Amino acid sequence: MTSPLLRLDGLTKRFPGVVANADVSFEIGRGEVHALLGENGAGKSTLVKMIYGILQPDDGRMTLDGKPFAPASPADARAHGVGIVFQHFSLFEAMSVTENIALGLPAKDAGRDLAERIAKVSTSYGLKLDPRRLVGTLSVGERQRVEIVRCLLQSPSLLIMDEPTSVLTPQEVDMLFSVLRRLSFEGCSILYISHKLEEIRSLCSRATVLRGGEVVGACDPRTESARSLAEMMIGATLQSAKRPLSGQGAVRLEVDALSLASEEHFGVDLDDVSFDVAAGEVLGIAGVAGNGQTELMEALIGERAASSPSAIVIDSTAVGHLGPTERRRLGMAFVPEERLGHAAVPDLSLADNTLLAAASQRSLLARGMIDHAAATDFAEKIVATFDVRTAGVGHVARSLSGGNLQKFVVGREIMGAPKVLIVAQPTWGVDAGATAAIHQALLDLAASGCAIVVISQDLDELFALSSRIAVIAHGLLSAPVPVGEVTIEDIGRAMGGMPLSHKKDTVDA
Amino acid sequence: MLRLETRREPSQAMVYATPFIAVALTLAAGFVLFAAMGRDPLQAMFLIFVKPLTTLNGIAELTVKTTPLVLIAAGLAIGFRAGVWNIGAEGQFTIGALTGGAVALAVYPAGGVWLLPLMMAAGIAGGMAWAAIPALLRTRFNANEILVSLMLSYVAVLLLSLLVHGPLRDPEGANFPESRLFQASALIPNLIPGTRAHFGALVALLTVAATQFLMSRHIAGIQVKVLGQAPRAAKFAGYSERRIVWGTFLLSGGLAGLAGLFEAAGPVGQLVPALPVGYGFTAIIVAFLGRLHPVGILLSGLLIGLTYIGGETAQIAMRLPSATISIFQGLLLFFLLASDVLVRFRPVWRSPRVSATAP
Repeated sequence: MTSPLLRLDGLTKRFPGVVANADVSFEIGRGEVHALLGENGAGKSTLVKMIYGILQPDDGRMTLDGKPFAPASPADARAHGVGIVFQHFSLFEAMSVTENIALGLPAKDAGRDLAERIAKVSTSYGLKLDPRRLVGTLSVGERQRVEIVRCLLQSPSLLIMDEPTSVLTPQEVDMLFSVLRRLSFEGCSILYISHKLEEIRSLCSRATVLRGGEVVGACDPRTESARSLAEMMIGATLQSAKRPLSGQGAVRLEVDALSLASEEHFGVDLDDVSFDVAAGEVLGIAGVAGNGQTELMEALIGERAASSPSAIVIDSTAVGHLGPTERRRLGMAFVPEERLGHAAVPDLSLADNTLLAAASQRSLLARGMIDHAAATDFAEKIVATFDVRTAGVGHVARSLSGGNLQKFVVGREIMGAPKVLIVAQPTWGVDAGATAAIHQALLDLAASGCAIVVISQDLDELFALSSRIAVIAHGLLSAPVPVGEVTIEDIGRAMGGMPLSHKKDTVDA
Repeated sequence: MLRLETRREPSQAMVYATPFIAVALTLAAGFVLFAAMGRDPLQAMFLIFVKPLTTLNGIAELTVKTTPLVLIAAGLAIGFRAGVWNIGAEGQFTIGALTGGAVALAVYPAGGVWLLPLMMAAGIAGGMAWAAIPALLRTRFNANEILVSLMLSYVAVLLLSLLVHGPLRDPEGANFPESRLFQASALIPNLIPGTRAHFGALVALLTVAATQFLMSRHIAGIQVKVLGQAPRAAKFAGYSERRIVWGTFLLSGGLAGLAGLFEAAGPVGQLVPALPVGYGFTAIIVAFLGRLHPVGILLSGLLIGLTYIGGETAQIAMRLPSATISIFQGLLLFFLLASDVLVRFRPVWRSPRVSATAP
């Protein structure tokens, strides 16, 4: 038996009031694809940050290649052969691929021949990439390739992948997996973090499960089911969400020939988007990030006025010209993709954050005066109903983990019993338990007669929730098709820009 | 090795502690400064920070200096919280003094109880009008309000100078570039007889209370904070950036204009080219030293006011260069901004090798 590449021995990291990692020990073998599983707040990020030198452990030790390993900084970790691809890329849109990669390399490696080396590495792994392209013109999948190539150039012995597939089309996922399998075959170890348990079952040969900062189990994911993995993570039996009944009511939301020019330099213009959603129905909108979803969300929230009032109609009231507050009064609610900074203000308390969206519905305001007691009550009600883990509603939004804040935001919008709900990426970076809770809440809401639009890149999620699915690509929205009549592969191809076809010839009226 | 670790939440304790840390560091640096200049640091500190408080007149003068600082800073702080950078309070102060004072000169020598309220209204309106220019240029053309408001300060000061050299010059004043001395009913009533302390100080206190109420109880306070901290969340909530920019500019401009009028109709008693002495700029330091918090601004206004008066005393008594006090105030802002890092980060002493290999 060969010695492991990386050994963690009793790693402990404390933050004021919380132990993020308690006595974490496990090993990653050479060439092994090792999954790190755990709910949000289980301590995965803290652990990864310690391996990558962003944080230093309070206790415990690591050995890499049999030698003591205590990286003082990310540069130190990279020098020891540890590379990481984060969920959120750190790339500059206005710079070329080569320039972006040069920024992350030590000066001696960023010489004149860099573009050539990028081209060589990317062709040899089948990661198509033009070193001269501006990053702003690249798709999300291509941007990820930039990050991966940046790591590969340093010939890592350990590559950490943090939620790598959440932004990819199914075809891109396949391509990524073949690269990872080849790296593993060549002897590079991979620490793979994902919430997508099916992926972990097909890719990883070992898994370590974290809960509450401690290792609660290890297994071979190939011999487990997605459900058993999820239950190991949350330490409880999992309730799966039930699909909505297809009994459709009257049309509640109509979008008609909506066009909107993007405000972003590298944004995508919305081009003549039309769809409608009936009471009790969930319309899924699939698409790779950056194909007009942001602009569609802005238009639906009312952050930017639509081309004409009648471009957006709720319950036969034209609202295209109205702002978010008026639309909320008419029964709309919104969960944008970005939790921190868009749906919630990082440095305001949870109680104050209720004011952003629920001020008028919950009568938290009287003539401009804030009813702090009512806001606190409402926040506490959300926390209790949606099982938000927080030390109290007086704490600022940024102190919550991503999944908990998402539950809070979704709860805030749902508890107003909206007639129309627009949700983007409702479970982005959210763990299995919270995902199931959010999905169930959305389906319950639909069952009560709300019309729901879910914009997501997660096709499993869309297939679990939607009655009909449409695909957005380059700012154009396909005609929605009933979910039973298409496969994930059809949708995946349409996300890549092919027309969406389904078994029936006629598009449903 | 000293490392900075990100805190999970900004430390509230540090928000309140850093002004005191900054004051302590400023005192320490002042000690070194005075010692290096060959002066007795203890005596200098005594003259600056203690001596003025030992006489009634000293305290009265303190209120005279603090009043404009607090009035202006209370308004600026609300804008700063919204990310609206009005750096031109000095200009709005000057225009407020000008428009308010012009009312008195226009009706000279008439007067009555109606005159002062009219002058105050004109002062506020003047400050607002001057602040409306950067607000308009930002909301209409996305012009940078820092640059526009700052540049307009110089325009305002020159405009005052132009007018007191011309139309507003005292006809009986032997061609000096000054206006008439205001008639008695155009002067702010005294608060403490025999001193220059005036009723503006009460208005400043009232402003502190009113802005505190606005920021903590009114939705406008939330709107301002949301726009400043997360502009996208402000859009999401339907708060109009345009209205907030206009509102904060008009409020801060109006308060600066009122402060200018108090200065003209209070301690100065006429319009002179040297009326703007930098309150509008110093108020920026006051606002940040007071953590953009109304009560904090009251305290920091008093402290900065004290350095003004004590500084003058020390200048005369110890023959210190006049730049000394400016250096002192600059040091204070410098140390405050530097110690602000402690709010979001906590310093950790460690040697990574040792702790990582210890079992």
